[in-house]
Amino acid sequence: MNEQRIGGDIRTRRAHDSAHKHVAGSAVYVDDITTPEDTLVVLIGQSPHAHAAITAMDLAEVAAADGVVAVLTHKDIPGTNDCSPVYGDDPILADGEVSYVGQAVFAIVAETMGAARDALPLANISYDERPAILTIDAAMKAGSWLGPSATMESGTPDTALAGAAHTLSGRIEIGGQEHFYLEGQAALAVPGEDRDVTVYCSTQHPSEIQHKVADCLDVPNHAVTVETRRMGGAFGGKESQGNLPAVLSALAARVTGRPAKTVYDRDDDFMLTGKRHDFRIDYSVGFADDGRIEAVIFEQAMRCGMSWDLSEAIAARAMCHADNAYHIPHMRVISHRCKTHTQSNTAFRGFGGPQGMVGIERVVDEVAHHLGLDPLVVRQRNFYPHKFTANGGKGRTPYGQVVEDCVLQDIVGELATTAGYAARRAEIDAFNSRNQVIRRGIALTPVKFGISFNTTFLNQAGALVHVYTDGSVHLNHGGTEMGQGLNTKVAQVVAHEFQVDFDAVKITATTTGKVPNTSATAASSGTDLNGMAAQAAARTIKARMRTHLAEQHQCSPDSVTFTHGRVRAGGAVMSFAEAVKSCYLGRVSLSSTGFYATPKIHWDKQRSRGRPFFYFAYGAAVTEVAVDLLTGENRILRTDILHDVGRSLNPAIDIGQIEGGFVQGAGWLTTEELVWDDAGRLRTHAPSTYKVPACADRPAIFNVSLFEDGENIEDTIHKSKAVGEPPLMLAISVLMAQSHALESVGDAYPMLDAPATPERLCLAARRLGGPGISLGGS
Amino acid sequence: MRETITFVLNNRIEQVSNLPGDTTLLNWLRQRRRLTGSKEGCGEGDCGACTVVVARREAGGEMRWHPVNACIQFMGMLEGASVTTIEGIAPQGDGAPDLHPCQQVMVDHHGSQCGFCTPGFVMSLFAAWCNGDGLAADEIDTTLAGNLCRCTGYRPIVEAAAALTVRAIPPAYETSRRRREAELMDKIAHDETVVLGDGRRRFIAPAQKEAFAQAYAGSPGATIVAGATDVGLWVTKQNRHLPDMIWTGRVAGFDKVAKSGVHWRVGPAVTHAAAMTALAEGRPDLAEVMRRFGSVQVRASGTVCGNIANGSPIGDLPPMLIALAAEVELSGVASNRQMPLQDFFIDYGKQDRQEGEFVSAILVPRAPAPQFRAYKISKRFDQDISAVMGAFNLSVSNGRITDARIAFGGMAATPKRAAMAEAALIGSQLELASFTAAAAALAEDFTPITDMRASADYRRQVAANLMLKYGMDLTGTPVPRLTGSGGDLAPGQLRETV
Repeated sequence: MNEQRIGGDIRTRRAHDSAHKHVAGSAVYVDDITTPEDTLVVLIGQSPHAHAAITAMDLAEVAAADGVVAVLTHKDIPGTNDCSPVYGDDPILADGEVSYVGQAVFAIVAETMGAARDALPLANISYDERPAILTIDAAMKAGSWLGPSATMESGTPDTALAGAAHTLSGRIEIGGQEHFYLEGQAALAVPGEDRDVTVYCSTQHPSEIQHKVADCLDVPNHAVTVETRRMGGAFGGKESQGNLPAVLSALAARVTGRPAKTVYDRDDDFMLTGKRHDFRIDYSVGFADDGRIEAVIFEQAMRCGMSWDLSEAIAARAMCHADNAYHIPHMRVISHRCKTHTQSNTAFRGFGGPQGMVGIERVVDEVAHHLGLDPLVVRQRNFYPHKFTANGGKGRTPYGQVVEDCVLQDIVGELATTAGYAARRAEIDAFNSRNQVIRRGIALTPVKFGISFNTTFLNQAGALVHVYTDGSVHLNHGGTEMGQGLNTKVAQVVAHEFQVDFDAVKITATTTGKVPNTSATAASSGTDLNGMAAQAAARTIKARMRTHLAEQHQCSPDSVTFTHGRVRAGGAVMSFAEAVKSCYLGRVSLSSTGFYATPKIHWDKQRSRGRPFFYFAYGAAVTEVAVDLLTGENRILRTDILHDVGRSLNPAIDIGQIEGGFVQGAGWLTTEELVWDDAGRLRTHAPSTYKVPACADRPAIFNVSLFEDGENIEDTIHKSKAVGEPPLMLAISVLMAQSHALESVGDAYPMLDAPATPERLCLAARRLGGPGISLGGS
Repeated sequence: MRETITFVLNNRIEQVSNLPGDTTLLNWLRQRRRLTGSKEGCGEGDCGACTVVVARREAGGEMRWHPVNACIQFMGMLEGASVTTIEGIAPQGDGAPDLHPCQQVMVDHHGSQCGFCTPGFVMSLFAAWCNGDGLAADEIDTTLAGNLCRCTGYRPIVEAAAALTVRAIPPAYETSRRRREAELMDKIAHDETVVLGDGRRRFIAPAQKEAFAQAYAGSPGATIVAGATDVGLWVTKQNRHLPDMIWTGRVAGFDKVAKSGVHWRVGPAVTHAAAMTALAEGRPDLAEVMRRFGSVQVRASGTVCGNIANGSPIGDLPPMLIALAAEVELSGVASNRQMPLQDFFIDYGKQDRQEGEFVSAILVPRAPAPQFRAYKISKRFDQDISAVMGAFNLSVSNGRITDARIAFGGMAATPKRAAMAEAALIGSQLELASFTAAAAALAEDFTPITDMRASADYRRQVAANLMLKYGMDLTGTPVPRLTGSGGDLAPGQLRETV
């Protein structure tokens, strides 16, 4: 009998399940869904002021305009005027006050977008402007915080700092980042019978959309079904920010009785939605002659914007990554959550981790500069103990979790060798001593990233698997597809369980009607959670099939095997479809749910202590850059990455996540600069002014490898590790390499802020005494 | 005159009438024809998610396939052209493969993740594949500079492009597609004026100079549209309603670059892509700035005259053309005048153009300019509007600087010459100290502003440093340019300098 391995099994480089549709233009996104003729569009009227009271609102002319069917204000909301994920502090439509430029004040529901845009300027709204707090500095000065500051502490940092051989202190400012998912926020609501509504939405979190729509419309959750087939990118930007367009679409559908669609254009998307938090981090570090760090005190101030959104959890993750890979015995991390009159900042790949990590990498880099040591040596001297040497309390994080799985020694050792780090650093230093204008720099930085939602209860997932009588499989789970290949990996897991070809498993849209009460697809946990849930569902069905087939063929259930598309029971060998048919005739249920909850984890947010993470993901990158000191122009010449994904479920998808994450992180730290003016207006609100990396900005030489010895010590899905977020932070090597290039200019440490735009690099080079024209007074 | 536009869409003839003149191709495709493979990512021609391919015959008659941002292409601009969308490239016929090679390589190399930008990338590759250029290893970054991807980090897409061999003899299904495309285009060709409108907003596309003049005389307040890479944004971004637009792009002869005395005469409908060859000859810096100007999509539509006419304070071309002593020609119904380009720019948003006049040509001296250099400074190398753009051109005789033409963009409300710095240089020795002195003089020439692209401090500093850099370039210690695209800039290739 012909026995091939199944197609698209786990550990194969199976292409993305939608790749064919992507290239054919037939993959359907929300704005592509064929809608009924009478579908309306929704356009949001935005606040022109950062902070103001609304004193009068006359929308009669808007309502009377050609093609306008309805105008919505907060008064039209039958239920709760809130679209926030946690705290109830994000009005759907402003009620009496506006808190940022761009905030939704009213919504036009019209026959066409042209009609809606024509009607927009007819609104007559009076505002009484109030003073606005726009920046971290202003918020810190005014004491404008969303809630009390938090402190995480281990050891006795003050004493240790006082007793250290060397101390340094400084500040780094780190800019925010716009997600720039290519598909803007989009939702379509179709009213049904009773007061039901179905919402098709580009969201990472269908369950939350369901709850917010139900609350807004004042109906039970069961009246709302939310469906997401795929997103055109998300990166955290569709974890909570999809709520507003979804709720407005549903409200418009309720008010008009017609389907309604809200699709943000690019400018509206920039103006309305939150971004990665910008941070200001103050630090004091005490260290020994050999670079061993005794104590660090961080004060992290983050700009949250006008409401909480997910900022509390983001702050926790920033604090939990202020150590990155380093075992620092005495540490204090203070976290200030600044309230400002700007967009409410939100989740973005890394979720605070990147900012926390930039803080400590900066500290390590400056320590090395101070001691005249290679920063890599200082890094290696401070790593958490390797997994085979960890013992009671030795490798404990500042929040109390023992690091049991550290493999950075292996990864960094191998990478430094394969990338030729030491020789290249020496060659670069020699090059820099001979060259005035072009300087090069190299840096190797590690990543240790905690996997699991900090908020413990979110670490759960469900799946639903049906097997049909022809042997084909219908797969559904609570995770959402945003391009990361989640559906592909979960389908590989299910194909592997049943030992059928990948193509026999039908991937279906995520919907609250099939799998309820789901968590956002976030925290890199999509495959860990949903893969396990889908596996559990498949195993339940397999167990029932085994029982039936064992009876049929006079053998023990344990001896029934599923291999390579064949099922064996007793002496019988049959195809999977034949086995299924037999079960059906035997009246065996061929449908099952599956459920998974991550074990071992707990988190006390009051004390900032616990074991928030099931395990850690590790990786390291070496990046070489060149900088033109006269202009600040710069290039990434080469990047080598070695990253631990455990035992990979799909090496092609994992490498895609690593490369894409790195380039996105490099954009954050170099060219992606968000600029607000003094009135709080975001001036970079489209790709003409906000510069994400283009094709030529990827490293000229880009070598990415998976850590071959990688294997999760925890019982994760086929021993794999999460990969969505960790690689973004490999790009910190770019900023550190730029710093190295500038260190050759003068004696002072460059103190680079991020993003290190050509402007920052050029002016830093001048400050350090580099070449160029002295402008005197400026 | 016809009130119906006729074009080819995915190898079928389309006739469209009774539409607002400012209807964009993308909206029409997505909303009227339900061809939703082309995506809107930005509505301003900066992300490439809406890229389609528009085939036209060149001035010489040969076919050229242009990647075009459908989001800022007006429907009237398609008269007589052939549009191919992502839905139209799958091979047809018995035994043809399921996917076009430009699609298949993207699958094979894992070139899509979320898939939203993917149709645009495929269409950019398709245009290059049809034209048989732009797919060499050192060309791919440029070919794809107008397509943004936020997921992959580009490496797999570049590898997909590199795997796309351009065959000398196209496969049979492609030969027959092209034959059919050419037949249909020939069938619909005509030289009547076409007007697309809904009674309120008209797009007028004359085919003859006389008809163009007549149309403009009849509607002197009309907006003259060339490539619509700027006017398109007035519509998509500002929701402006332009009652009448008159298009230069179809007028016979308007697309010519011709020798005219000591000048290249660049006609009103000459695109950046078409002008590049002539203008960049012997001026590698101009070629490099133009390579970075917009993207392939923008250069395929945008025109040199349009770039001058819109009077951007930054526009990369004006400083270079001013440094090269270019002249601008303005024509009206009965008038025709010419002036130095630098005099055309009066103030922010204000040019020396009367109602009823249009920029009918740019005249660029053909004489070699060995001392010409241009430096474009932007946050991102490719497809970014400059923070500062500096263009320098000296005449040198016996080691002495005899004339200087230096112009900057981004330093004032208009592209502007650096008169004081020029004066400092003229008469000086060609040595680095002369440039250091001239750099200081720039402070008297410019008082730049702070905006989202750069601070005033940086603009001042980098402008002065560019003067120094120019001096280094001319006095034997040139600094290597980092502006090469990622693919050709390896660590070992970085030349050393003093």
